[in-house]
Amino acid sequence: MKKIVKKHPLAIRWFHWFNFPILTIMIWSGLLIYWANDVYKIGFGDRTLLKFFPESFYQALNVPYRLAEGMAYHFVFMWLFFINGFAYVLYTAISGEWRYLLPNRHSFKEAWQVLLHDLRIRKKSPPQKKYNGAQRIAYTAIIVMGLGSILTGLAIYKPVQLGWLCAMFGGYEMSRIVHFVLTIGYVLFFLVHLFQVIRAGWNNFRGMVTGFEVEKIKDEPPPAPAEQPSK
Amino acid sequence: MANFIKNIFTKNSKLNIDQLIVKKTIVSFFFFFLCIGGGIWAWSWLQRQPLDGGIRGGVKQPLKDGLNANESVFNKLLSDKNKAKEYPKSAAVKKARVNGGYGMGDDFDPTTWAMYVMKAKGDTLVIKLDDLKKLPKTEVIFNFKCIEGWSQITWWGGVKFSDFVKAYGLTEESAMKYLGLSTPDEEYYVGIDMPSALHPQTLLCYELNGKPLPMDQGYPLRLIIPVKYGVKSLKRIGSMYFDNERPPDFWAERGYDYFTGL
Repeated sequence: MKKIVKKHPLAIRWFHWFNFPILTIMIWSGLLIYWANDVYKIGFGDRTLLKFFPESFYQALNVPYRLAEGMAYHFVFMWLFFINGFAYVLYTAISGEWRYLLPNRHSFKEAWQVLLHDLRIRKKSPPQKKYNGAQRIAYTAIIVMGLGSILTGLAIYKPVQLGWLCAMFGGYEMSRIVHFVLTIGYVLFFLVHLFQVIRAGWNNFRGMVTGFEVEKIKDEPPPAPAEQPSK
Repeated sequence: MANFIKNIFTKNSKLNIDQLIVKKTIVSFFFFFLCIGGGIWAWSWLQRQPLDGGIRGGVKQPLKDGLNANESVFNKLLSDKNKAKEYPKSAAVKKARVNGGYGMGDDFDPTTWAMYVMKAKGDTLVIKLDDLKKLPKTEVIFNFKCIEGWSQITWWGGVKFSDFVKAYGLTEESAMKYLGLSTPDEEYYVGIDMPSALHPQTLLCYELNGKPLPMDQGYPLRLIIPVKYGVKSLKRIGSMYFDNERPPDFWAERGYDYFTGL
């Protein structure tokens, strides 16, 4: 026997899928802007391990000499990114969905179990309600990162008028670094997210579109009522 | 296959659980793909929009409208009286970066240089550097920010634009909305909203690191406007005028935001 179980409210599905193209546009236009002063790299001393970004990467994505265009897209679509994110937070707060999303005191232990399970170290699957501990932490962290992007973005955008905000992040250059690192964070989040969604399978993915998941219920007769403990 | 379609128009109560799951899935994905289609349509609509009339490339008109709307939103939300953070002289770089040579042609003759100020009633003031040096000198040491994304703490000296306006009786002109500046060869030009031009850190600048401006920094006189990206700090002022319409702006004609206020 199968059962239809409601999982994701319509509002959350909207916020999720709307955010996807908007964040993509923000990252792409951000890349057009970053290209004009692409000074970040990972390395030590004179050794560069990874330069952000190699010329071939820019060429493949047609990035060079599009700063003006990048800024125009970035400073228009930022509104959609902000409004959508704000509406999402407001919705989760009012609807009570936050109860499933915010990490609680069990989440960190649970997230560790999830990690061990995902790495095939732990056999027993961790407890899974709507979201497991690892998901709670990841989905809350991504919102905090979103807030971080908006605040560091504003600090770079209006470093004089919002000088206090700029100073809070350690100055203009530091705000730009944090803004950049957060963006790399989104890309990494996306890769893990994509992998996990593929791994979780169709039923889970369908849930993010239709809002429901299909649960199998065993076709067994209901168990006999347990004996009352005698005192 | 026909059953799937038939089931979509059948009442839920008449379907078994498997049929119901298929129906709900198809209906949801139909709307899902409809929304994706809507998104793709919106994006291609934007790509079809004309450019903003710029000289070279430019950006899509709706985006430019968005940038102009941002200007009024942020001007309402934020004060324009805030100052760029100032630093001690020791924090300033010894060699300020030179970025861009538009209007810095080799045929410039410093001996004949003068700044031409077009007044409202049609007469023109001709101002030499020594005239400006008689006015009180102001120094600003701030983090100069380039629109490309780099920044540098630099030390500049000159006359506050607002002091210059008072000294030369340009109060009537400065009540207009915009200030237009151009290099002597008119190759480079900027337009600046008057509140930003009158900001206390905006300088008609003739010194860098306590010495006369180097040639490639716009000798003998340039603008330094810390509340804007460097593109507005025009090197080598040849002329200026006042207007209620936006004066032409070199980079705004090439797709950049006109206001570019920081």
